[in-house]
Amino acid sequence: MHTMKYALAIYGAPASSQAGQSALQFAKAVITRGHSIQRLFFYQDGVHNASTLASPPQDEQHLCQEWQTFIKEHQLDSVVCIAAALRRGIIDAGEAERYERPAHNLPDVHQLSGLGQLVDAGLEADRMVTFGA
Amino acid sequence: MEQSVCVISTRAPYHGQAAREALDVVLVSASYDLNTSLLLMGDGVYQLLNNQAPEQLPRKNLTSMLKALPMYGVETIYVDAESLEERGISEEQLLPVFTLLEEGALAPFIAQYDKVLNF
Repeated sequence: MHTMKYALAIYGAPASSQAGQSALQFAKAVITRGHSIQRLFFYQDGVHNASTLASPPQDEQHLCQEWQTFIKEHQLDSVVCIAAALRRGIIDAGEAERYERPAHNLPDVHQLSGLGQLVDAGLEADRMVTFGA
Repeated sequence: MEQSVCVISTRAPYHGQAAREALDVVLVSASYDLNTSLLLMGDGVYQLLNNQAPEQLPRKNLTSMLKALPMYGVETIYVDAESLEERGISEEQLLPVFTLLEEGALAPFIAQYDKVLNF
């Protein structure tokens, strides 16, 4: 079977967009069909998919948690754009210390990095699929 | 071989951070020495309006970033003519740093790029 490397770019937040949910389902389908995921890149409001502080009601879906579990299970390369994240209050322990913020909310399955990782994913992957543009 | 990238920006300049963040992608792509173009479509054409005064919003004026694109090797900004017409915008209202793509020219223009990033 011919397999392909996919990169997914996610631009919508869980509470205001279907982008994250669609991307997660697409990502699961990619793996189920034997293809691979070269990188997940969370940008614009999509960075909210990475927060560990989101706490939806218990009988509702917890998208941020599902991303974490999925990324860990398949050991995916998941990048959250650092500029977009800091602007929106998505921050890891290191940046929280640097900017003297009282909390942090980025789990270590995601890496904060720059837009070069998005451009690189576009060039390296066989297909780049955008959610929430 | 050097690859080419087309960034399509479709949001008005101060509609959240979308336009600004699309421009950031253009700058990063161009600084990687990729042949990079910016195409304004839909409400994205409002980004090129002359005499923007967003200071009271308060927001930074995005046109200073657009004017800086040649320093990154992005010599012109492509604008979809139909989007202008739909919005009643004349060419004279825009910063004179663009190339108009007439109806029919859009699809072949986009097709010539290796990668297209849509915002």
